[in-house]
Amino acid sequence: MDYFQIALVTLEATIRLSVPLVLAALAGLFSERAGIFDIGLEGKMLAAAFAGGAAAAVYDSAFLGLLAAIAVSVCLALVHGYASITQRGNQIVSGVAINFIAIGATVILGQAWFRQGGRTPQLGGDSRFEAVTLPFVDTLADIPYLGDIYANLISGHFLLTYFAFAMVPFSWWVLYRTRFGLRLRAVGENPGAVDTAGISVTRMRYLAVICCGILCGFAGAYLSMAVAAGFVKGMTAGKGFIALAALIFAKWKPVNVMLACLLFGFLDALAILMQGRPLPLIGEVPVQFMQALPYILTVILLAGFIGKAIPPKAGGVPYVKER
Amino acid sequence: MDDLAIELKGIDKSFGAVHANKNINLAVRKGTIHGIIGENGAGKSTMMSILYGFYQADRGDIMVNGSKVIIRDPNVAIASGIGMVHQHFMLVDNFTVLENVMLGAEENAILNRGITKARAELKRLEREYALDVNADAVIEELPVGLQQRVEILKALYRSAEILILDEPTGVLTPPEADHLFRILRQLRDQGKTIILITHKLREIMAITDEVSVMRRGEIVATRETATTSVEELAELMVGRRVLLQVEKGDASPTDVKLAVTNLTVRDGRGVVMVDNVSLDVRAGEIVGIAGVAGNGQSELLEAITGIRRAESGTVLLDGEAIGATGEADPALLRKRGLAHVPEDRHHMGLVLSFEENENAILGYHDDPEYLNGPMLNLENIRNSAQESVEKYDIRPPDVRLKTANFSGGNQQKIVLAREMERDPIVLIIGQPTRGVDVGAIEFIHKRIIEMRDAGKAILLVSVELDEIRSLSDRILVMFAGRVVGERTPEATEGELGLLMAGVEEDQEAAQ
Repeated sequence: MDYFQIALVTLEATIRLSVPLVLAALAGLFSERAGIFDIGLEGKMLAAAFAGGAAAAVYDSAFLGLLAAIAVSVCLALVHGYASITQRGNQIVSGVAINFIAIGATVILGQAWFRQGGRTPQLGGDSRFEAVTLPFVDTLADIPYLGDIYANLISGHFLLTYFAFAMVPFSWWVLYRTRFGLRLRAVGENPGAVDTAGISVTRMRYLAVICCGILCGFAGAYLSMAVAAGFVKGMTAGKGFIALAALIFAKWKPVNVMLACLLFGFLDALAILMQGRPLPLIGEVPVQFMQALPYILTVILLAGFIGKAIPPKAGGVPYVKER
Repeated sequence: MDDLAIELKGIDKSFGAVHANKNINLAVRKGTIHGIIGENGAGKSTMMSILYGFYQADRGDIMVNGSKVIIRDPNVAIASGIGMVHQHFMLVDNFTVLENVMLGAEENAILNRGITKARAELKRLEREYALDVNADAVIEELPVGLQQRVEILKALYRSAEILILDEPTGVLTPPEADHLFRILRQLRDQGKTIILITHKLREIMAITDEVSVMRRGEIVATRETATTSVEELAELMVGRRVLLQVEKGDASPTDVKLAVTNLTVRDGRGVVMVDNVSLDVRAGEIVGIAGVAGNGQSELLEAITGIRRAESGTVLLDGEAIGATGEADPALLRKRGLAHVPEDRHHMGLVLSFEENENAILGYHDDPEYLNGPMLNLENIRNSAQESVEKYDIRPPDVRLKTANFSGGNQQKIVLAREMERDPIVLIIGQPTRGVDVGAIEFIHKRIIEMRDAGKAILLVSVELDEIRSLSDRILVMFAGRVVGERTPEATEGELGLLMAGVEEDQEAAQ
């Protein structure tokens, strides 16, 4: 394989691996910009992946699977919302609880319903998302390099992939160019200002949490119904936490979020590529080290290489009217 | 002119056991500035929150412009033409002025369409009321005076005819406050009705047309400002005669007990907060430090008392080095005779969930008097607490009561008793009467003068200029971390105000 092919394969993998990160990090963005910290991204994604895989297998429809994924994720988001908005509970504790519930419930329900050791049945045909081939692939195929790039990097992804990347500018537009976005950002900075302006803080925060649930639902569906053909226990494998790290790394800004997720996706792709390949001078690097690389980088980046990441001012603080 | 803008009829509101508003009747005439004065906790803010729809009254009616309105939430208040400028500004710090003004009144789901209109409207308001402010400036980069102007613009943008201002001058320098008053007068002359909530008698006299006095949840009197006096209002507020002027004889300072030389302090971010400050405090005198909050006074106190490490400079306590160059342990400094009444009693002075007697020995718990070997001698602790409760008239006189259940004034007395009763050489006092009612202020001021007359060296920091002027024997003014001038207590308020705003610096240098 020449270097061009290697680069192409790696970048293709980068995109594939970044998608759930982008979706989950944008989900977190909506929630945290409204002042609700959410470390339950991982749990929501996992539950959505299971619900999607299960519903798609039972009803033999990818579309119904996606709906189920979103519904379950939104339900969990509402639980988090109820705990942290209505009951003014601790948002970290609530998020942790959701993660644990998702880890346990998916396996138990999966085993009870399908008896495949926590897996959902293999998806295929109508029940799984197919990669779409964009037009003109054949026409461009003869052009050197460009043809390959178009066929492999631009074309040939799942619909959810295009959706994820389209959500980046859309989220930016919603946050900075709409009334909803203005109020959402305000409620995360100074809920008192929103309240005195005659807008319900509770309503804004619930809406933000629902947005978060919907996007986590897409992320989960992508994992179990697009990249993989079915749910495997613990298949999110910490992606929710990496997304959270990317969100902080990106200082809660949509375009930065995408770039941060692409970086983490690239490191993941690199880890896969480097498996079993000796590096010049160093020799063979253990697989485990390469797999740990994104996490090591997260720690280093968050520890100080990104400057000060200032979270939304009212983040994590339940809103109580002052007397 | 005699139309009523606001009329409250029999408003009643309780929070659990606290009866915050009792049968309030209030009439505010159109086109006037109406003052509401009362001590902290008298129910002023509750009443205004009811008017603005933050809370619902348990009973009673609200009439706006002669017709009854049920104000369920702020939206109804805004629609009825009521605007509010809160004590703590309700602004989003990292939004622009324009975004803050628009928030909640965007008109359109997509911002672009509303922005042009909002910008034009803001321009019109700025012209009409001479309220200049850059629409694209980010709030956190504006000085507080301008932030307050944005709050006023926010209300006017929502076509408020009735403007409520809650303690608007707390964060302003005297010149900024004067400017605000000019704006308010102009708004009144253009037909707006203004309700001004404050606990500062001087402001009431300076700007209002009518004034209502609140005490313990009730309106006890309404007067025309021109026919009343500061003394009468103070008496109505407290319910008994109060001495507003502190009586004190001349100071007879002797030796220098606290000497600060070239002290420089940086905060956590590395910003210089105290810049090369030198000062002396002699036994038997009170040195007051005036300044707008946040000009380095807090850091200066913290460095002297050993809470914060100074970068350079020396502090001598009775001739021995402490602070940056010597001992900087608050507990040791206490033992050597440096008592400290911290600026923020909730944050640094008291543990609110402790009993009164536990707080009464906080920081002195190593005293052998309170110990039985490694155990606390509870009997001694409670007895000594009982003594100071009686001496300082702390109410209720129950040393087992949780500190959070005392009023602000009584909490402050607990701290003062603790620090003053240990016969210190130097007494450092920050904001002695912040959030303290008028009656307790009188008592605290008297005690501070007594300490001075007993030969203590006292360093006093307060953001209340009146307090500094009436207590101090010498006044130092701090601005941007530096001492920009020293004055006698006879200096006029205007002169000190300019120093506090950093205006006179150049002239000083020129002299």
